[in-house]
Amino acid sequence: MANPSATSVERVIAERPSAPKSAEVSAALNTLIRILKPLTSLRLTIACLLLAMVLVFVGTLAQKDLDAFYAQKRYFNSWFVFWSPAGKDWRVPVFPGGFLLGTVLLVNLIAAHVWRFTLSAKKLGIVLAHIGLILMLVGGLFTSLWSRDSRMVIPQGGTSNYAESFKDTELAVIDRSPADHDEVVSISAPMLAKEQTIQHPKLPFTIKTVQFFPNADVNKRAEESKPAAATQGFGTRLAVTPQPETTRPEQENLAAAVVELSAASGPLGRWLVCEQINRPQTVSFGGKNYDIQLRRTRYYKPYSIHLNKLTHEEYAGTNIPKNFASDIRLVDPERHEDRDTLIYMNHPLRYHGETFYQFQTLQNDKFTVFEVVRNPSWMLPYLSCLIVAFGLIYQFGFHLTKFFEKRFA
Amino acid sequence: MKRHVPWILTAVFVVWLLSALRIPAPKSAFNTNAFGKLPVLANGRLKPLDTVARTSLLMLRGKQSISDADDRALTPSEWMMDVLMRPSAADKLKVFVITSPDVLDQLHANLSQGKYYSFHELQPYLNEIERQSALAEKAGESPTGEKASGSAQSLFQREILKLRDRIVLYNRLKSSWLTGVEEHLRSEDFGARVEYLARAAYVRIVPRANDQDWQSAWQSLMETMRVGGRDESKPLSESLDPAVRAYATMANAYNSKDAPAFNDAVAKYRTALETNFGKFLKKTDYEFRFNAFEPFYQCMILYVCIFLLALFSWLVWPDVLGRSAFWLLVLTFVVHTFGLISRMWLQDRPPVTNLYSSAIFIGWAVCGLCIILERIFRNGIGSLTAATSGFITLLIAHHLSLEGDTMEMLRAVLDTNFWLATHVVAVTLGYAATFLAGLLAIIYILRGVFTTSLDKPTAKSLNNMVYGIVCFATLFSFVGTVLGGIWADQSWGRFWGFDPKENGALLIVLWNATILHARWGGFIRERGLMNMAVFGNIVTAFSWFGVNMLGAGLHSYGFMDQAYLWLIGFDISQIVLMIVGGIPLRHWRSFAKQAETAAAVADAAFRPAAVR
Repeated sequence: MANPSATSVERVIAERPSAPKSAEVSAALNTLIRILKPLTSLRLTIACLLLAMVLVFVGTLAQKDLDAFYAQKRYFNSWFVFWSPAGKDWRVPVFPGGFLLGTVLLVNLIAAHVWRFTLSAKKLGIVLAHIGLILMLVGGLFTSLWSRDSRMVIPQGGTSNYAESFKDTELAVIDRSPADHDEVVSISAPMLAKEQTIQHPKLPFTIKTVQFFPNADVNKRAEESKPAAATQGFGTRLAVTPQPETTRPEQENLAAAVVELSAASGPLGRWLVCEQINRPQTVSFGGKNYDIQLRRTRYYKPYSIHLNKLTHEEYAGTNIPKNFASDIRLVDPERHEDRDTLIYMNHPLRYHGETFYQFQTLQNDKFTVFEVVRNPSWMLPYLSCLIVAFGLIYQFGFHLTKFFEKRFA
Repeated sequence: MKRHVPWILTAVFVVWLLSALRIPAPKSAFNTNAFGKLPVLANGRLKPLDTVARTSLLMLRGKQSISDADDRALTPSEWMMDVLMRPSAADKLKVFVITSPDVLDQLHANLSQGKYYSFHELQPYLNEIERQSALAEKAGESPTGEKASGSAQSLFQREILKLRDRIVLYNRLKSSWLTGVEEHLRSEDFGARVEYLARAAYVRIVPRANDQDWQSAWQSLMETMRVGGRDESKPLSESLDPAVRAYATMANAYNSKDAPAFNDAVAKYRTALETNFGKFLKKTDYEFRFNAFEPFYQCMILYVCIFLLALFSWLVWPDVLGRSAFWLLVLTFVVHTFGLISRMWLQDRPPVTNLYSSAIFIGWAVCGLCIILERIFRNGIGSLTAATSGFITLLIAHHLSLEGDTMEMLRAVLDTNFWLATHVVAVTLGYAATFLAGLLAIIYILRGVFTTSLDKPTAKSLNNMVYGIVCFATLFSFVGTVLGGIWADQSWGRFWGFDPKENGALLIVLWNATILHARWGGFIRERGLMNMAVFGNIVTAFSWFGVNMLGAGLHSYGFMDQAYLWLIGFDISQIVLMIVGGIPLRHWRSFAKQAETAAAVADAAFRPAAVR
């Protein structure tokens, strides 16, 4: 294969290191170079780009039947894309995932630039563009590590001091007896799913999962003869029908579990907890009342948001939304904040490391929903975009002037 | 003489365009133009009645033209007058297009032959159409969530829904005027009826100070009749809003075929509007002119002329025809720009707000880039490419316009001129440039393989053009895509969500980057660059249209159904072109000839020595 420029690049790489002091060091270095050199190859770059295209294409088509969250998890936020035959447990990696391709590209980018780095006006644009890209990939990594999004639902005229997860579930055990606050012990769904006995120093009883359903339908027991789901609480009148976990767009899983509470003195009974029924059940023990509830995982804030007014306008004679806006009051006793502000489309509220976006409204505008995002690295893409754009404009401008000079000399 | 041809030709077209700017006088005694200019609110936007008439005709029958029972062509405004004021006549006009044989069979049709049917002809089948639509809608729902996307609906069902939507639109248009008001007034459930009609009215004719407060005739009537809403001592007709009364006068005059009275009523109403609502008229009057001029239609004709001129310039008179094509291209660019800017001014928006305007913009951007290329290289390639892409994008735009008003109101999330002006423009420029590179590459392949016209300098200039344009495309698609991410971060709190539209843009960036790296690494040369650029067309088409079809069926009636097949066809054609481009160079007619010449030269150089 005639490929003069590629080989010349590689030759430069091979000759790069300065002459080492001793033969041993030299040999070791040479071995190291031989191992590392492929990482700088342009072929690797192109291979990664092409594989990334295939991945993005397949991951896009998949979203016809797969909810965006799961598509992202399967194709992009993963090291490998796995395939498993229908109804089987085992799976095989069939394609590199987004993490893997991103990491290889990042290493390739850094390695190539470290090896070939020369500071010249001719290359400045290229170098800048790639530094910007490195920033962007790193930003993507940080975001996938540290960002968290959740939603906050507030009724008209109501107040909220927590956001809840879009997908994660927790079993909350709440002691409301302290005067100034509630004591909440939260058990995450994966812990419940292990079906073990759970102890917590703040709880006078243990919690054992008898059954856990990632997705279930809860209905009135059809016949009295059928066994009830639970011995205590509303579960005594209900039956649970397990449902397959769904990953389709616009559907969600509603988890359910049967838990057994036991004290040192013996079992207290079995309760059915489920997300489908959105209210707590009371457990009385040792003269205290505890609320238990299976719900979307909550993130409490040291401040609260009151919804003064929700506006939802449509263009006259159409269903096209013209404006969604939530007029809110933010009260933060710790930081002495007490102010009114407006959150609407393309105009979020950034507060205390989190950003509140107008997300949707529920039940004929009775509730507003904010998406609440914590993403410490949100500035990186802005920065990287500027750097890459500047680099590309510089580089292509450089080429263009050269071209015109030659043509119209 | 020959050297003046380009100027003469351009001048002729300028005169022709100026003549198209004149609004033709009404064909009847009724001043239909003045009527068509009247401002109304429809689909949330203030527009002249003429626009409502044109977009409705496009949605109902796929054409802006219609003729009456005597086969006399009606202007859209004339048709609108019938629909609003003389519905019994309008019902007999063949306004519904039905092309599906299945639908025609189902309505088994004592229907007259042909594609077009009147409301009158469809009336006996309305119940059946309603029943079938209900079935079709059920088929489109997903009861269990198991495999029930749009594909669950059969072609017949999608077609029946289209017909149903057209009938609904037609009825809503008719409900815009107080037809049959006396009968409704006498009925027992009068209140409910009027309330229903007030909701159904498609066009709001009663002006208010704020454009979103305009009322339909029925709303205005309800308001007048509300207890305490009027002076009870006067008859109802005198308490009505002046606009309602004005339209009533027009309708009476129209129905009694009294043209002078009609014209007088329109003129008086117009004067009243100028006094009280003058601020609205500037734009609606302009839009009326804009509609009549049809700038994009004129551009399509011009692009065809440019295409022929540029093509023939490669056969005869390269200089004269080449220059003619170029100057005509500049003229067309002016008209195209005029259309684009007019739309921006009418909407108070940056150039791209929906799929329709993206097609207009891509055609415009390619045209602009090609003018620059042609100015530099002067070989007709720029003109030919501009003409091809201009014609095709405007044709696509025309088909998209069948969906309804092309200046629709923007939903809340898109309602930001800053991001529309930056992200959307940059990304669309990226699309345009990637398409342009692909088109240039197609010219390279076709001329190289099938003709002997691809000589070394031409090949080299095409190589430079494609490379330069790919650089341009990389810059704009990258910046556009990242700006999109930043917009998403501003409005949804995430920079990147691997959403289909985002992925489509990312694919373009990745592909352009791949081309550049492959070229820098020396993995591809001229022909490889061309083949990769052609593949860029497939990537861009997927991003532009393909991702919109993912949920195909459920939310996309009309053009999108057919567009899916067109997209597949387009992709296949590009693959065929790449296969052709993959033929070894020695079999390309252009290079075979060059090789022969080279061999002959070598021979000639060698022989004397051998003889010696």
